[in-house]
Amino acid sequence: MTLGYNGKIAEVDLTEGKVSEYWPDEKILKDYVGGRGLGVKILWDKLGGKWRSVDPLGPENLLLALTGPLTGYVSGTRICVTGKSPLSNGIVGSTASGEFPLELKTAGYDGVIVTGRAENPVYLLITDDGAEIRDASKLWGMDGKETIKTLNREIRELLKERNPSFGLWKEPGMIYTGPAGENLVRNAAVMEKWSHACGYGGYGAVMGSKNLKALVAKGTGPLPEIAHPELLQALLDETYDAAFGNPQRNFWGTGAMGYSTGAQSSAEPVRNWQEEWHDERSIGVINFETRNWVKRYWSDYGCTRACMKLAVVKTGPFKGAITDNPDYELQAYCGTNLGIYDPDGVVYMSSVIDDLGHSGINGANTIGFAAELFQRGILNKEDLDGIEPVWGDAKAMGEMAYLIAERRAMGDILAEGTYRAAKAISEIKGVDAMQYAVHFKGIEVGAHGIRTGKHSPYLGYALSVQGGDHTSRPRPPMSEARSTMGDTMVVCTMGVPRLENIIWRYLKVVTGWELSQEDWINVNGRRIVQIQRAVILLGGPDVVWDPEIDDDNPPRWYEPLPSGPFKGSAPDRATLMEERKTAYADLGWDSRGIPSSKELRKLGLHDVDEVLEQLRT
Amino acid sequence: MSRRRPVTKPWVVRDYIKCSGCRLCEIACSMKHEGRIWPEASRVRVFMLVPGAEVPHLCAQCSYYPCISSCPSEALYKNEDTGAVIVDDEKCIACGACINACPGQIPHMHPEGGRVVICDLCGGEPECAKICERAGYGALFKGTRSSSVNYDLYAKNPEEITKNLAINLYGERGEELSE
Repeated sequence: MTLGYNGKIAEVDLTEGKVSEYWPDEKILKDYVGGRGLGVKILWDKLGGKWRSVDPLGPENLLLALTGPLTGYVSGTRICVTGKSPLSNGIVGSTASGEFPLELKTAGYDGVIVTGRAENPVYLLITDDGAEIRDASKLWGMDGKETIKTLNREIRELLKERNPSFGLWKEPGMIYTGPAGENLVRNAAVMEKWSHACGYGGYGAVMGSKNLKALVAKGTGPLPEIAHPELLQALLDETYDAAFGNPQRNFWGTGAMGYSTGAQSSAEPVRNWQEEWHDERSIGVINFETRNWVKRYWSDYGCTRACMKLAVVKTGPFKGAITDNPDYELQAYCGTNLGIYDPDGVVYMSSVIDDLGHSGINGANTIGFAAELFQRGILNKEDLDGIEPVWGDAKAMGEMAYLIAERRAMGDILAEGTYRAAKAISEIKGVDAMQYAVHFKGIEVGAHGIRTGKHSPYLGYALSVQGGDHTSRPRPPMSEARSTMGDTMVVCTMGVPRLENIIWRYLKVVTGWELSQEDWINVNGRRIVQIQRAVILLGGPDVVWDPEIDDDNPPRWYEPLPSGPFKGSAPDRATLMEERKTAYADLGWDSRGIPSSKELRKLGLHDVDEVLEQLRT
Repeated sequence: MSRRRPVTKPWVVRDYIKCSGCRLCEIACSMKHEGRIWPEASRVRVFMLVPGAEVPHLCAQCSYYPCISSCPSEALYKNEDTGAVIVDDEKCIACGACINACPGQIPHMHPEGGRVVICDLCGGEPECAKICERAGYGALFKGTRSSSVNYDLYAKNPEEITKNLAINLYGERGEELSE
């Protein structure tokens, strides 16, 4: 057995209703470790040869939920959900915090692979006794809060019945999809707790397509045996000292950026990226913390950061709305991007997004896109079932979230995500709606603009193998390998200061393996990126990206910033296209953006090289 | 004359509303007692029945020790120095009588089976409180038992505590979420 692992991934075929076990050999584990890396490898091995024909929302696609050997050890335990993305047609390693990965691990599993499609709604329950498929008919249609409440009760009663002498059973951990995913909203999230989301990639829709409401786990075992138990406590202590040494670091979470990223940095989406600057002091963190936060430090298992804050609306029309924080991304996407500057309105909008299982970034990007079309008279209230999404109207924006989740009226088209909706609306309305769509390879972009040239590389998103995902972008010298580490170790990259200095020691203590940051950048991480680049270029079946056209920023990001301290700033496209040539070389890609034969063979990816031959000729 | 008993006994003070849900207390407890990370073997377990309303659940050392008097195999006894309930693993028959006798159903079986686990206050230096104080949350901290407080009231079922916390945090919405 490989230390740090249970040595067991549950493989579930929902079409056949069968559960079996899968385990890769040690060489694969050493190369790809877990989470995003292992997911990419498994997807390539199982689907790589026929990638282009696999419908991400068809039974053939896989939905993977993977932990790693460091799950439960390194602060910020997360789960990585992946599969063929219905947005990019490539692979996104999409992670969220919560209790599910720990419960999975303590139940004796390292992950779950789901294939096929159940005839009726089901959920998967994993306990010490194994994995079982259970009926989810009554859960179908439930929002996040109802789903958690119902499953907590059901599972605790079941476990009590099965093990009456154990004493009180704690709640299980779970990831689930909301109404948006059930209705195949292409950018729907896989949710954990009430508000945590595996947001990028559209895996909520993949769950919906499989009639799979939730993966639920409750384990009672210890974490698997490790290589150097005698060194563990010292490493935990070092982590605690580093993490708790600066109390202010954990005080606001990322929520403090909601005002400053707009007002100072001019890199925040404002009204669907028409601007990136605002001076709305009303969304300063002091208003959320004094008005809405009922818990300043809110964590998941093993966290040393507690960047989450629990926010509640106590009065007024949105009374009773609950969400976490909102953190920076949601203050931006459910706030400034929709012109909502009232703290209660932002909390409300975030809570609606959570409850429906939309992705706070991606779904709210689509709502902002629709609101701009409404502003321009391209969409009218008849298209939107009577809703008038006027900037700043949180109630109307919340109704838009329902319109899309329920696929009513034009919501049916918006449910395809910003890129596909822009294509369809351009045709229906005879306009160029694509100029208002802010996405990269079908994935709506994170809330970090590039136009000032000061804060992010101009080509970061354009060359990312995860499209608009702000957590995975190549950095100069152009390489995205670094970004794969957190998702592959499946840990939070913000939980521990200087994580890159300590994580390799954790890996050694847990697995006994010697790996360095340098190895990761040059070999392991790079290998993961090249496979992801290969599959995003293979794409299909509905869209195939052309690097010449699609390794680029959306038109909106070439419009000069209209306001703020960086007014007039925008990248020069011709210069960027020149820079792209150099970047391709750094990334190991040929002049057309395809990973080169030499690069792939150097990394031992001969099979990937062979499949890519079809793109080179 | 026998050795003088300490005048004050330790108690793990619990300030539920401050619990972040990080469960570092479970990690610390299981590292101390099991030598590895094993949340369900931890003597403190954080119940998260309603997100946000996290309840660290551990022995309150009731004044009348109903668990000890319920034990048919004399496996439980009180440590006179700390007041903690100590489980004699050899004698415990895992019958569950102490779980049912506890007003808060706090003891639970060790996942390996065969014996119950109950907080032993780490001999007077509770690790759960140490880590929570170190993290700056102060949801658990080490205090001393005082005659003006009735600690029996803390032997309470996590569902009841959760409901109160949910209402405290979420108001009317908390009623519905903790049904």
